[in-house]
Amino acid sequence: MIDTDVVTLSRLQFALTALYHFLFVPLTLGLVWMLAVMESVYVMTGREVWKRMVQFWGVLFGINFAMGVATGVTMEFQFGMNWAYYSHYVGDIFGAPLAIEGLMAFFLEATLVGVFFMGWERISRVKHLLVTWFLALATSLSALWILIANAWMQHPVGAEFNPQTMRMEVTSFSDVLFNPVAQDKFVHTVSAGYVMGAMFVLSISAWYLLRGRNVDFARRSMTVAASFGLAAALSVVVLGDASGYTVSLNQQMKMAAIEAMWHTEPAPAPFTLIGIPDVQQRTTHFALKIPWVMGLIGTHSTDQTMPGIAELVDTAKGRISNGIPAYDAMLMLRQDRNDPQAKTTLAAHEQDLGYALLLKNYVDDPRQATPADIQKAADSTIPNVPVLFWAFRIMVGCGFYFIALFALSFWKASKRHLDTPRWYLRAALWSLPLPWVAAELGWIVAEYGRQPWAIEGILPTALGVSSVTAGQVLTSLGGFVLFYSALAVVDVMLILKFTRKGPDGLGLWPPADAAALGH
Amino acid sequence: MLDYATLRVIWWALLGTLLIGFAIMDGFDFGVAGLLKVLGRDNEERLVLLEGIEPTWEGNQTWFILGGGATFAAFPMLYAVSFSGMYLAIFLVLLAFILRPVGFNFRGKIHDPRWASLWDWVLVGSGIVVMLISGVAFGNLFLGLPFRFDDDLRMTWQGGLLDLLHPFALLTGLVSLSMLLAHGACWAALKADHVIAARATRIARWMTLSYAVFYVAAGIWLAYGIPGYAVTGTAISEAVSNPLYKQVARGGSWFASYMQYPGFWLAPLLALTSAVAVQMLIARRSIAGFIASSLMVGGTIASAGFALFPFLLPSSLDARSSLTLWDASSSRGTLQLMLVVTAIFLPIIILYTGWVYRVMRGRVTLEQVRKAHGGY
Repeated sequence: MIDTDVVTLSRLQFALTALYHFLFVPLTLGLVWMLAVMESVYVMTGREVWKRMVQFWGVLFGINFAMGVATGVTMEFQFGMNWAYYSHYVGDIFGAPLAIEGLMAFFLEATLVGVFFMGWERISRVKHLLVTWFLALATSLSALWILIANAWMQHPVGAEFNPQTMRMEVTSFSDVLFNPVAQDKFVHTVSAGYVMGAMFVLSISAWYLLRGRNVDFARRSMTVAASFGLAAALSVVVLGDASGYTVSLNQQMKMAAIEAMWHTEPAPAPFTLIGIPDVQQRTTHFALKIPWVMGLIGTHSTDQTMPGIAELVDTAKGRISNGIPAYDAMLMLRQDRNDPQAKTTLAAHEQDLGYALLLKNYVDDPRQATPADIQKAADSTIPNVPVLFWAFRIMVGCGFYFIALFALSFWKASKRHLDTPRWYLRAALWSLPLPWVAAELGWIVAEYGRQPWAIEGILPTALGVSSVTAGQVLTSLGGFVLFYSALAVVDVMLILKFTRKGPDGLGLWPPADAAALGH
Repeated sequence: MLDYATLRVIWWALLGTLLIGFAIMDGFDFGVAGLLKVLGRDNEERLVLLEGIEPTWEGNQTWFILGGGATFAAFPMLYAVSFSGMYLAIFLVLLAFILRPVGFNFRGKIHDPRWASLWDWVLVGSGIVVMLISGVAFGNLFLGLPFRFDDDLRMTWQGGLLDLLHPFALLTGLVSLSMLLAHGACWAALKADHVIAARATRIARWMTLSYAVFYVAAGIWLAYGIPGYAVTGTAISEAVSNPLYKQVARGGSWFASYMQYPGFWLAPLLALTSAVAVQMLIARRSIAGFIASSLMVGGTIASAGFALFPFLLPSSLDARSSLTLWDASSSRGTLQLMLVVTAIFLPIIILYTGWVYRVMRGRVTLEQVRKAHGGY
């Protein structure tokens, strides 16, 4: 039997370290492209202010990048440390994109970042610009491969179970690569990062304008942030919608939970704007519903229905029962590797083997499961509805707010009115935390909403853990909390310090040598 | 198209290559970090040392990340068993890898001697932890690790952090520590201001000497004091990846593969002649000394990998559960795809890494550091 304490602690540790890592990654993703844009302007116009902008925002980028790298190492090794059976069970597919990410993207990123910071005097302007561009490209490529791996957890394609090796093995790499979920997730996630980068620059620049410091510098930075941010905010929402569409096709339970749709509604389903989901009663109190919208988002049509939670639990029940013969056949193949009868049975029921494994949370041998066990296992396929319901709504709310704020900023930038009114600058400043709120909630919707599965429909999360003791996981969890908190304090302190110092305090602006402006 | 057995051998060699790449490239960073307080007597001298590794440590560290990723993709069971089994040891290594990037980046961000000193100690500590634990972990492979698989291929492990501290493993820990400190000192001799370089040269010699003593001692102990493992019957190199399908016997010698493939002797030979070369060359031509210490690192790791062949992770609890390169690999399709990707990107990585080293070449002098100090 699986040790439930180890499962809970391992999940908690993974969630904490992933959410923490995800505080830094999206900012890197966005900020680096803005550096590339600013440096391009510098190389094209030769105006010193643009170089100084790259250098100033580069300092903040560097602090954040170091944290991203430091916390990223944890992510790669945690699979082996805490999720050993997961690593064995799906490593044949899941390991490949992670390794390719290292080979193709992260290596480039990590090698070039030193030259970005220390190479200004050593290579020509154009070469330095190329370094920055490759750095930006590599960070986005990095995200692509990680999201291909992640998408496979949400929507496993191109693989089949091999009873001899007791694991999933690849049948088609191109299916894994061109997983539709991966494409939507990639564009949605990197756009969210671009929004974060734009907001970071916008907010800090607004603070300088409120203080009347670095005015010229801040205005230009804001202009870049406004245009970049508007494009990104639009794309994050539009592609978030595409993402919603693929989720509704492939992870119907996640979609139903986000919507707190307890029962199938006639098409096109209404969208519950707000309400209070009640898990016990399986209903949503005080629901404020907008007709049609959900059906349009989820099916991109007016005539297809979307299944509700109760109906999906019934489906799960059927799949669990259907998976038991697959489990039985798997054990028979262990006695005789060539048993033709067992091979046929396994092939016929393989797609539901993962559902039979859900029973392992309740009985040691799924073949001995009672109807009550099957019911419990089927009920366990419902993720945490209230959390998903609210996380999703706050995230989407943030998304629409970003469009409004960046549209306003873009309009003001094109009118050259960025310095006033003060309420606008204050709004820009105080919006700073929102992209982080949205990004973290997005992670929760995607990953917490995937529960109880580690790999949707294939491997229950609880089965993925390592054979470690709860004490060991508690030790590492405590260590992470301690060190990560200390680093968070240092990180915030340094970001604040360099922001306060500003380009003027760092001697970057205005240039002491007025002639430097010309070249 | 390559057959399954060939692909497995290639990936075994590639894994070794990545490990050697990590030890050579990141190893000197760790060595310099470990010697930071010894080589650098004051803040300016330490700045010289840090600037000598600062532009490139991040890329160097990626060898480690890539090694982890490649193990996950090519030998998932090796990745799963070793990382979860040696849980707390790996956790310590992880902490070191978390603290290093921030250490390098944050140290210079606040001009306060206490702040700098704090991060200096973090860098020294994380360097020593990684060098020592990697060596201890490697030593434990020869002793066998306490794990077994059940029929679901779920691994159970009996033992904790302290069980890894067998005297032989401590000795291999010292091999690793002295080897990488020597390698780091060779880098400092090549890269740092002449004042520091002279000091580094002396340390490199002492460390290389201790390394050679430890290495030979470990070899003798391995030959006479530690029983080897052998696959009984014929190893089925084309078999499906299930460790439980084979039989393994304990006994015999870890040098059996050296008897079977005499070419393997080149690796320990390379390691020891390179150690001699470091002694002879480091004072006269630091670049040649550094190349020699790199070969010393490569030879050492290769010699250990060859001794283990075909084992990756022997089990002391249930010999049959031992992982070999024949039964712990990914499917043929995955090995093949990953080989293609590696064949394309590894040369590209080496190319741009070479370019970066060329751009950043030259000694870091005390004068430069004084001039840049206070600037951003």
